[in-house]
Amino acid sequence: MAEAKHQILVEFRDVSYSIPSLPAPIISHLNLSVQNGETLVLLGESGCGKTTTLKLINRMLLPTAGKVLIEGQATVDWDPISLRRRSGYVIQEGGLFPHFTVEQNIALVPRLERWDESRIKERVAELLALVGLAAAEFAGRYPGELSGGQRQRVGVARAMAAEPPLLLLDEPFGALDPLTRSSLQREFLSLSRRLGKTAIFVTHDVREALLLGTRIGLMANGRLLLLETPEKFLESKEPLAQSYLETMQLARQS
Amino acid sequence: MNFFEFIKQNGAELLTLLGQHLWLVFASTMVAVAIGIPTGILLTRKKALRGPVLGLANIMQTIPSLALFGFLIPLPFIGGIGARTATVALVVYALLPIIRNTVTGILGVDQNVREAAVAMGMTNSQILWQVELPLAMSVIITGVRVATVISVGVATIAAAVGAGGLGVYIFRGLRQFENNLLLAGAVPAALMALLADFSLGLLEKHFSVEARGRKRDGNHRLRNFILVGAALVIAAGGYLISRGSRAGTGAQAGAPKVTVSSKDFTESVLLAEIVAQMLEERGVTVDRQYELGGNLAHEALLAGRVDLYPEYTGTAYTAILHHAPITDPRAVYAQVRREYAEKFKLETSQPLGFDNTFAILVRGAEARRLKLKTISEAVPYARNWRAGFGQDFMSRADGYPGFVKAYGLHFADQPREMDLSLTYIALASNKVDLIAGNSTEGRIAALDLFQLEDDRHYFPPYEGIYFVRAETLARVPALQEVLSKLAGALSTAEMRRLNYEVDGQKRGQAEVAREWVKSRNF
Repeated sequence: MAEAKHQILVEFRDVSYSIPSLPAPIISHLNLSVQNGETLVLLGESGCGKTTTLKLINRMLLPTAGKVLIEGQATVDWDPISLRRRSGYVIQEGGLFPHFTVEQNIALVPRLERWDESRIKERVAELLALVGLAAAEFAGRYPGELSGGQRQRVGVARAMAAEPPLLLLDEPFGALDPLTRSSLQREFLSLSRRLGKTAIFVTHDVREALLLGTRIGLMANGRLLLLETPEKFLESKEPLAQSYLETMQLARQS
Repeated sequence: MNFFEFIKQNGAELLTLLGQHLWLVFASTMVAVAIGIPTGILLTRKKALRGPVLGLANIMQTIPSLALFGFLIPLPFIGGIGARTATVALVVYALLPIIRNTVTGILGVDQNVREAAVAMGMTNSQILWQVELPLAMSVIITGVRVATVISVGVATIAAAVGAGGLGVYIFRGLRQFENNLLLAGAVPAALMALLADFSLGLLEKHFSVEARGRKRDGNHRLRNFILVGAALVIAAGGYLISRGSRAGTGAQAGAPKVTVSSKDFTESVLLAEIVAQMLEERGVTVDRQYELGGNLAHEALLAGRVDLYPEYTGTAYTAILHHAPITDPRAVYAQVRREYAEKFKLETSQPLGFDNTFAILVRGAEARRLKLKTISEAVPYARNWRAGFGQDFMSRADGYPGFVKAYGLHFADQPREMDLSLTYIALASNKVDLIAGNSTEGRIAALDLFQLEDDRHYFPPYEGIYFVRAETLARVPALQEVLSKLAGALSTAEMRRLNYEVDGQKRGQAEVAREWVKSRNF
């Protein structure tokens, strides 16, 4: 498999991204690499550049300086369509197509890739089971007929449908109520451990970061301040990391 | 005749007009969709074009329809007279709502959904066809719905360029003050607009994403089928009916062909029909393009779209050649004839014999009681009279201001300004005492009105003539013969009588013309 050949799946080499209308760069001099099988969580406030970082990976954006390498090849040299089909993408509320049924939404990329219908059918059933939705009940429904949590499960299933080596998740659980969120977090954790997927996960929730990440990258003002395992993150002397941890403790005490 | 008898009697013609109307609306809406939706899509891609193109479409929609027709007539390919020109004009009016709603619909697609589509690795055309168009479809259909309803209305004006449709009845009804005609044109048009609005509303709901899931029971496939089927049946029906109506005037092989046109009032149609029938008697194929509004008959003649139409010397002299009015009929005729030949390469027939100028009318009983013959004799009595004039007479160069000055007239009140057709009835029923009508108006005799002689020769002559393309006259010898026979053949009294047969007795123009041609052994 492709994963086996490249120990490092994603690598940022001194990447900056700026747009002419803003004086400060959105990303500046970012260096990081993501190993196969790990879940890297990018943690930071909104506007810190974490979503931009995700978009630089699947070539929704191209760096204005430096290089982003996927499987050793710079994104600028990738065909954008095939690169995106190799990286599943999940956003808040799932970004599901409201005019497609659950089945059609999940089967989107396999159909674009022209899988044959019997294989698609199998795959959809398998994925619905994986995200805990009964195929008989949900396959024919439209997104408007699902709860927020169910939509999010479908979003995850859709992202994984064509077995991409990489998952990109942009605050996927941000809009859910706390109970649904925590159950989806736990399911995602067991899923990613079981499947050994490589995932880059963006959040502003420090607890989510600690729970899901094999490593946590703390971002502020377009810079990576810290890149550590959860254990080391808990002991970090970095002031921003400490204030994140304080908010968590405050929440626990109250 | 009540409305239902009228419908029973004219059912076949009404059906033809309805078919033409349907076809005009359907064909133009389809063309507007074929142009408007791709244009709208392009505008969502090219932001810089959006303002200019929407602005242009906006301006096009504000052009008055008669002006647009006048502009279209001389153009090659899309111009001329008849259904094609009308379709082009309808397309122009239908474009704006379709383009605008396509742009609004596509730009209105949820940003998250579009982003997900890009991130899933969909190509631009996949995003357009599978995401943007399906999600924008109900908004786009709203645009088509608005465009269709507008088209049903505007298509009534298509009658002015000889494209037929329900407007023919509406215009005719307005001219003849015939409520049955008005209703027979307006009611089906209104129903058609309501029906189009309703059925496209259903289609719009069908495509609305909010309705998804509530109709999972599978019968929407059946509904699709019914909707598409109904649309096809309407289109095919309209097309066949409108084709069928034209088949009757198909050309006979080898025979010379002449396109005869008229302006949009009874007398003009009668004069055109007389020539048309006389030509047909002589084996010439005639294409009739009657009832062109405004100056469209003149435009069509200049553009070579028609070969002949009846006109008045005074109208040609003042309205087309832009000379100040003069009163000598010989001088007016001579100059019109010369200038038309030089400027337009158009031939002028000999005068037909009648003069359709302004006729100063009083009630016949009043004229007999006061022994009035001329306008001058009426001046002393006018101080106690009320006058009623058409809008045209009040404003034109040879109208009211010069008229009262020439005769030193004073009326009891400021003259009433009203629709010309209404002035005859107002006079007959003692609402006013003096009006300026048309000298060939059929109702003058029927209402016992008396025309006072213009003894100071204030009014310029409006002698009936035909304008003909020089090329046609050379090509069709029979036309020469017909026009020379008609020279001096129609007196003012005779013209009045023919007009009255149509407007007063509600008889068909073709029938009245045939009778007259026969009576003269022409």
